[in-house]
Amino acid sequence: MTEVRISLVGYGVVGHGVVEVLERKRQLMGEIGLDLTLVSVTDHTGTYLAPDGVVAKDILDHRTLEGVANSDMAAREVFGSIDCDLVVEVTPTNIVHGQPGLGHMVDALSMGKHVVTSNKGPLVVDYRRLKDLARKNDVALKFEATVGGTMPLISLIERTLVGNTILGIRGIFNGTCNYILTRMAEEKYPYNHALTEAQELGYAEADPSYDVEGVDTAGKVAILANSIFDMDVKYGDVEVTGITGITPESLILAHKRGYAVKLIGEVPALTVKPMLVPLGSPLAVGSTLNAAAIYTDLSGTITVTGLGAGRIETASAILSDIVSIYRGNHVDAQRS
Amino acid sequence: MRLSMDLEMEDKPGQLLMALEPLREQKGNIISVLHHRDKKTPRGTIPVRVILEMDRSRLETVKGQLQANGIMVVRAGEERFLEEITVLLVGHVLDRDLGDTVHQIDSTGFAEVVDLSLSMPGIDEPSSAYLRIRATGKDEIQKAMSILRQVCVQKDLLVIEPIEADEP
Repeated sequence: MTEVRISLVGYGVVGHGVVEVLERKRQLMGEIGLDLTLVSVTDHTGTYLAPDGVVAKDILDHRTLEGVANSDMAAREVFGSIDCDLVVEVTPTNIVHGQPGLGHMVDALSMGKHVVTSNKGPLVVDYRRLKDLARKNDVALKFEATVGGTMPLISLIERTLVGNTILGIRGIFNGTCNYILTRMAEEKYPYNHALTEAQELGYAEADPSYDVEGVDTAGKVAILANSIFDMDVKYGDVEVTGITGITPESLILAHKRGYAVKLIGEVPALTVKPMLVPLGSPLAVGSTLNAAAIYTDLSGTITVTGLGAGRIETASAILSDIVSIYRGNHVDAQRS
Repeated sequence: MRLSMDLEMEDKPGQLLMALEPLREQKGNIISVLHHRDKKTPRGTIPVRVILEMDRSRLETVKGQLQANGIMVVRAGEERFLEEITVLLVGHVLDRDLGDTVHQIDSTGFAEVVDLSLSMPGIDEPSSAYLRIRATGKDEIQKAMSILRQVCVQKDLLVIEPIEADEP
């Protein structure tokens, strides 16, 4: 049995999901030889330390750690003072300066801890530096959950499609936009009406600009460009058009001619824009689904689809990244 | 000379033969026949596109023979436009001189807008236009698209392009 001691930084929606999934999958992980022990949880209010393992029910009902924290250590101090092998970084994302996640990741990697994250910001802002730090310290940096949520994309390319040259990737990487466009096409709702509905259902934030103006998708495009295509790009290098100018009439016109309109991110072209997708295409998925078409030289085009967000779904991608670090390292070692 | 003909025929046995026979008689060398049995026209006829090598001077004779055989000749002439793309424009499409937008494509000489549908929900509201553009080749399609993109930046129109046009 391999014991993996995990520190969790960030205790929002995804952080709660990670705590829950680690608890739920404890037995299954044991069966594949991994003893995943969560030894600390840190958020902006403090730290909850549990050297023998966090008992999920002790903290899951608390929205933040305020009231349950038993230490006022910040993340950096936690990494330096307790025995942990791996850091799960799930603080809120900032695509401009990457903080606070960027600092957490730099600290963790520098101290020789593996990092698994769903936080796009640091990878968009400073991917090269993080990857170099991981290599120098002989640890892994895993971020499947940052692109397409639970939909396997990065691991699919790095492991299953290894040997293929990836010619390009096109996809729907934002569930909020896809929901809005789907509802506008189906119900002939004006944009604002569809947005309000998405907000009421919790699919869109009160300030939806990050999603609907294509910023979120552009961040994912930058991560794919840096990680899969070995480019060195930032958010500003991506040409972005959002969905705010789309009208229900244009969707009807497109539908009559056999097309859906989807917000498509593309690498290595570095574009995010609404595009006409044939209704029969595997990319023409509806509701909050994400989808990605991977164009390869040997395998042709491979399309994956899945839920792009959600508490448990994102935690699932994080769990699979954790497991991948400790299983079949030889494949990853060649790529890092 | 390479020519193309858009024909329409009734959905009954032997029609295709009736359409091809006059071409054989006039020594036309058929390059391709696209028989769209599943894409019937509103008239209930089946559209067929024939591309052939033939002396242009024989075209009128062929057209006469086809019509005599009950085949409708929708268009016949030099095959110029081999590639096609569909795009959607959203914004104040009509107010920003749609005629000029179309003219910018048509005046290239290598590309033409061949189909156009408009949707105008109300005065002052953004309208949308569906355009089908044909061009003499793949490169010309791309050139026409870059002209269209520039025009639409000037006119503040959103251009929605098809995903399959330019696969990586």
